[in-house]
Amino acid sequence: MVPLSFYLALSATLFFIGAFSFLTRRNLIMMFISIEIMLNSVNISLVAFSHYMQDIRGQILALFVIAIAGGAVAVGLIILVLAYRNKKTLKLEEFKLLREE
Amino acid sequence: MVELLFGYFAIVIITSALFGVTRKNLVHSLLWILLMFVHLGGLYLLLNAEFLAMVQIIVYAGAILVMFLFVVFLLNLKEETKEPVFIHSWQGRIYGVLILLFFALFGAFTYKKTHTGSFTIELIDKQGHTKTIGTALFNEYLFPFLILGFILLVPLIGVGIVAVRRKANGTS
Repeated sequence: MVPLSFYLALSATLFFIGAFSFLTRRNLIMMFISIEIMLNSVNISLVAFSHYMQDIRGQILALFVIAIAGGAVAVGLIILVLAYRNKKTLKLEEFKLLREE
Repeated sequence: MVELLFGYFAIVIITSALFGVTRKNLVHSLLWILLMFVHLGGLYLLLNAEFLAMVQIIVYAGAILVMFLFVVFLLNLKEETKEPVFIHSWQGRIYGVLILLFFALFGAFTYKKTHTGSFTIELIDKQGHTKTIGTALFNEYLFPFLILGFILLVPLIGVGIVAVRRKANGTS
């Protein structure tokens, strides 16, 4: 039986990998991927709590998180494609203005 | 056995996430992230959540990652792959790793169990995981589930509107 602490440590490590990458990468696609990593790390801890506390609600919350991540990615990627059409790049420094100049 | 499997999944998840966020080439890093998602599904299997493991593999590895890969293939990102990535000073890396380790150990050793629910492993084994989660979802959480349907409908309409208006203008 793996103790709950190990799952929590894994979740925290993964969350900080995601947060670190979100703060240091300057590419919009990689920033989206970092958000997905962070959402997944939260899901690990939700499912682990649900298993160890013998309560099904954590898994339902994890299911909601997965569904909302799907919707968020769809909206984010269409914004990203339109931004690329305006600027021809995905570097974050270029996006000081979101409208066309 | 479970400990060995947990160690394997944890090591692969951490290393593939690290490789995924440090590669220069976006396709390489997306493939590492795909490996991470599949192993997260395996981790859910260890936690007796079969339905969530399948949803993880279908939705994340099958849908979201494919959407990202489509966007990367649609755009021409040759200059981005030549850029230097990540923090270059050693101090920044060391501080980042120290903060990470501190939070991981803090989370691991300060938690105390306080609450025990009624969904024991035997109940879930007898009833089946999908049935258990479906019963709870459609009885106790019916209204949030309906709201979730609307939340998934709104991006569909929004993306359609953006794409159609772009075509009607004739500018690209």
